[in-house]
Amino acid sequence: MDKTPQTPLVNDPGLYDFRPYRDRHPIRWPGDKPIAVWISPNLEFYEIDPPANPFRKSWTKPHPDVVGYSHRDYANRVGHWRMAEVMERHGFTGTVSLSVALCQHHPEVVENANALGWEFFSHGIYNTRYTYGMDEAQERAIMEDSVRTVREATGQRIRGWLAPALTHTTRTMDLLAEMGFTYTCDLYHDDQPGPVHVARGRLISMPYSLEVNDHYGFAVYNMSPREYADTLIRQYERLAREGEASGTVMCIPLHSYLIGQPHRIGPFEEVLRHIAADGRAWITRAGDIAQHFLAHDYDAVTAETARPAAE
Amino acid sequence: MSLDPSYLEYPRRRRGMDHDLYPWSNLFDRPAVSWPGGKGVAVCVVISLEWFPLTPADKPFRAPGHMQTPFPDYRHYTSRDYGTRVGFYRLLDAFAAVGAKVSVAVNAAIAQRYPAVISEIIAAGHEIIAHSTDMNGTIATGLEEEAERALIGTALDVLEQATGTRPAGWLSIARSQSWNTPRLLAEAGVRYMCDWVNDDLPYAMRTAAGDIMNLPLSHELSDRQIVNVLQQSADSYVRQIQDAYAWLDQESRTYGGRLLPLQVTPYILGLPYRIDAFDGLLRWLKDQDNAWFATGSEVVGATPR
Repeated sequence: MDKTPQTPLVNDPGLYDFRPYRDRHPIRWPGDKPIAVWISPNLEFYEIDPPANPFRKSWTKPHPDVVGYSHRDYANRVGHWRMAEVMERHGFTGTVSLSVALCQHHPEVVENANALGWEFFSHGIYNTRYTYGMDEAQERAIMEDSVRTVREATGQRIRGWLAPALTHTTRTMDLLAEMGFTYTCDLYHDDQPGPVHVARGRLISMPYSLEVNDHYGFAVYNMSPREYADTLIRQYERLAREGEASGTVMCIPLHSYLIGQPHRIGPFEEVLRHIAADGRAWITRAGDIAQHFLAHDYDAVTAETARPAAE
Repeated sequence: MSLDPSYLEYPRRRRGMDHDLYPWSNLFDRPAVSWPGGKGVAVCVVISLEWFPLTPADKPFRAPGHMQTPFPDYRHYTSRDYGTRVGFYRLLDAFAAVGAKVSVAVNAAIAQRYPAVISEIIAAGHEIIAHSTDMNGTIATGLEEEAERALIGTALDVLEQATGTRPAGWLSIARSQSWNTPRLLAEAGVRYMCDWVNDDLPYAMRTAAGDIMNLPLSHELSDRQIVNVLQQSADSYVRQIQDAYAWLDQESRTYGGRLLPLQVTPYILGLPYRIDAFDGLLRWLKDQDNAWFATGSEVVGATPR
């Protein structure tokens, strides 16, 4: 398998400026809340027999990978409905990381999320089709497909992006800005939104999270359901305290084939109960955070970045 | 650089699944299931009773739990055998103490090598389902159809001869199947398989050789996943199963019967320092007034088609 889908290789991706976590422009979320909390359910479709990408394997086993595929299929039959009901019960409106082909395969799931007032952004066509190796026209095509597909299915114009299976090219950010996207969930350098350097237009990074992603919790850190719930509460408590100086963002990225399992959903519900009852959180959607940041903070943060380091 | 244009073509981008094995279905939209006695949660224990040959065949892959050191791996051979000789009897006692009937997924080699185990399972009233020939009997695409048909047939025939009953159920090693497996199992007369983990209730699959039920034996709730893969303690395992039960119990009161499938491995939970925790879990489950201990066949039989 080839290792390098793009040449030449660079060492600094040049995506953003270094901004110390000190004396920052004070972000104030609506209602003067110190922390914005958004939940990102990944509503995905994984193909049972996808074509091979030269730079990354999809399933680790010969097709059909019964456990791999059926575990993820659990999301659309069982997990989504369970997770959505719990979120609704505690007043959390999702921002969906969507495999847009789900609009064709299971419109019932997409319609349910849309009816609940959830926002959508694109997570590619399928989570089994990767961007590695695509030329500019191909990458543009999956963005256009995403915008068109979600608009037709939900009426929403998507403004956000999380690359399919987190597979990027060095063109991704420029293309997003050019095509009218306002935020990317692909960069993990901060607990606040911030400007991303793009060739034309404006694009911001939206704090998503790998570290408190349920996939990391359960498949990388091997947490028990209660350990994961405790992790989310610690993350929340710390970011809420720090947000008093300058507003922070906490994202809870979910996959309902994981969090929607019967041994996990109960402890997770306690987290939502905790955050909803706390009162410090602006419980919101990524697009609303992006809009607020762009209207109130983008220019100030950009100006701050231009300060000489010694000032 | 660019990808082959076919990489951006999606021939199966259509309503429903991207294959024809089963249709999509929302668990919460189905007619409510009612288990016998009006119970809400079917607790279905499936024990994997396995014999690992000292020489792994690796065709098409090496089973989880198989030999790991250079030959001869006495360490893992004997540790696995411990489960069958000792741990399994602890499990049998634990089930007897609460009056639970379970399903035992048995490698055919167990019946040939240790007939005493088979007699005891039958005498206790547990169900025997087929679990391939031995732990070299793995299945994946690439295995010739005739070889797979023979493997399935042999496993079923040996168990039928040993028990007098043709097994109604099937569990593949590592739940791994080829494209042909559901059809070959249906063709061999198997009523249900336990390999696909996409639901909280049994459902039907259709094959060219007729329908076959799938009983979703959650790998997430298995002792292998929680204790061996995720490295959590037996106490944590118990807590997780109790949390799962509590959720399913509550859900069953609104949406109808639910399934709590517990795959248990004798050489994992049958160890002295873990068995008391499992024993305590079984007693806790027995005390829940909404729990129904059931074999795989009983659960599948009580599921409306």
